[in-house]
Amino acid sequence: MTPTVNTAAALALGDDALVLSHRLGEWAGHAPVLEEEVALANIALDLLGQARVLLSMAGDEDELAYLREERAFRNLQLVEQPNGDFAHTIARQLYFSTYQRLLYAQLASGDGDFAPLAAKAVKEVAYHQDHAEQWTLRLGDGTDVSHERMRQASEALWRFTGEMFQPIEGVDIDWDGMRAAWLDSVGSILRRATLPLPEGPQSGAWTAGAGRQGLHTEPFGRMLAEMQHLHRSHPGASW
Amino acid sequence: MATAAAHHTARVPADGPADEAARTAAYEAVFDAAVAADERIEPRDWMPDAYRSTLVRQIAQHAHSEIIGMQPEANWITRAPSLRRKAILMAKVQDEAGHGLYLYSAAETLGTGRDELLDKLHTGRQKYSSIFNYPTLTWADVGAIGWLVDGAAITNQVPLCRCSYGPYARAMVRICKEESFHQRQGYELLLVLSRGTPEQHEMAQDAVNRWWWPSLMMFGPPDDESSHSAQSMAWKIKRHSNDELRQRFVDICVPQAESLGLTLPDPDLMWNEERGQHDFGAIDWAEFWEVLKGNGPCNEQRITQRRRAHDEGAWVREAAAAYADKRADRTEHAVGHADEHSDGTADENGKARA
Ligand SMILES: [Fe+2]
Ligand SMILES: [Fe+2]
Repeated sequence: MTPTVNTAAALALGDDALVLSHRLGEWAGHAPVLEEEVALANIALDLLGQARVLLSMAGDEDELAYLREERAFRNLQLVEQPNGDFAHTIARQLYFSTYQRLLYAQLASGDGDFAPLAAKAVKEVAYHQDHAEQWTLRLGDGTDVSHERMRQASEALWRFTGEMFQPIEGVDIDWDGMRAAWLDSVGSILRRATLPLPEGPQSGAWTAGAGRQGLHTEPFGRMLAEMQHLHRSHPGASW
Repeated sequence: MATAAAHHTARVPADGPADEAARTAAYEAVFDAAVAADERIEPRDWMPDAYRSTLVRQIAQHAHSEIIGMQPEANWITRAPSLRRKAILMAKVQDEAGHGLYLYSAAETLGTGRDELLDKLHTGRQKYSSIFNYPTLTWADVGAIGWLVDGAAITNQVPLCRCSYGPYARAMVRICKEESFHQRQGYELLLVLSRGTPEQHEMAQDAVNRWWWPSLMMFGPPDDESSHSAQSMAWKIKRHSNDELRQRFVDICVPQAESLGLTLPDPDLMWNEERGQHDFGAIDWAEFWEVLKGNGPCNEQRITQRRRAHDEGAWVREAAAAYADKRADRTEHAVGHADEHSDGTADENGKARA
């Protein structure tokens, strides 16, 4: 079966949301402060809601989430990266929520298949970006320890950001403008957080666009093993 | 007591007696009358020290139970077998964090802050409900917890919505609404399993077998061994005895188990026509006291995870505090300047600060 263009696009966007939601769900019971248990769960739930709408546009949400092999997932490598410490999670949030906000804002203003979802999601994602921004400022401009951790995290995840600007077929937006707007927004937040803009490449030879083509990083396989295990252990069962 | 008198909820005696003891007695009489009249005691009202400390202890233990209780269920978030169930479970665990927040706030109105209470939890000086010292071994345990543990919590907590202390009672109203969602979701999860494949049915039965007795223990020791009950009843912090609530819970669960197609693991469980209630078998109180003492299957694990999350989060909380301090300083120094923007237009601000 050759998927229509929009099915492939729905998978790319849906997998981003599904995978990041899963990673954020791993924080439950481990957050640094009770308010963050609530906030991280909020974001995870928003993303899971988006994922369910998007995957349902492409097929059966549970079949797609639980029965695909790693190579069939189309998410960015950024979202599958392990949580690390809180600074890594926040850096991942900052990079991804800024991307998602710009993406959904453009989709919401169009009249494509994703417009209705994007119109709702853009409000959620604006909150996600605000949450990431506030924490980037607190950590970057907090103590010496937090500054150093946030600096390391923003640098470590930088190389996964280039992939975000690879156009997704069927997602009709201004991709060039997207990259500039993203750099502008992230750069300004990092600056206000007294953090340097990372200087390394935004993608290496291997990582350029890899996630969108089904090439993932090692931790992703283990994440899927955990996520899919129970569902796959009971073929055909309803839950 | 001028400030208290100015507050509309503050209860003060009509005329101020001269000496300290007489004044206390007068306050106490006003307090007792308010409790007797089923009025709410509010934070700024005078209250006996023992009433205050009893409430702090109870609310803290309740708050701790909410946040420790996140662990056994969070254990299944990453393995939830459908996206719908995953969303329900994440929302439930989030609700429990929210319950913790309401309750720590309620305790704060009595003058004891969250940090102090968490410290007591982490150092073993305050407890949480022993039920969370049992492990969640299969997916069905998520359902059993919702049905039985949230169910027992509701039975315990609905009367607390009429507790004499206002902030606690109001927190319980919100919490009970959400707990009843959790209970129904747990029941529904088990129902699907019970009617599913033989393996799923077996999984559901096994979970109920393991959670039934610990759930009955959630109501606390039998009335004749319960140390705090009488005074709490007099203060209308507690409205029913442990055994009354336990009986009520059993009577609610029996028909529900039947509809679920699952068996409650108690051969002595049967309807007693004369009492109009169910008789049930003897609870293993030796196990209850052992788990309470710290020897349950997960006591060590739960508190270790809690402490680790707290310790590993210390640098984050310190950063937030340091940042807030810096901002407060800057705001002070920036009087007369345009306020800082938070929407990405603050390059100039960054320079202005440097
Ligand atoms: Fe709760
Ligand atoms: Fe609950």
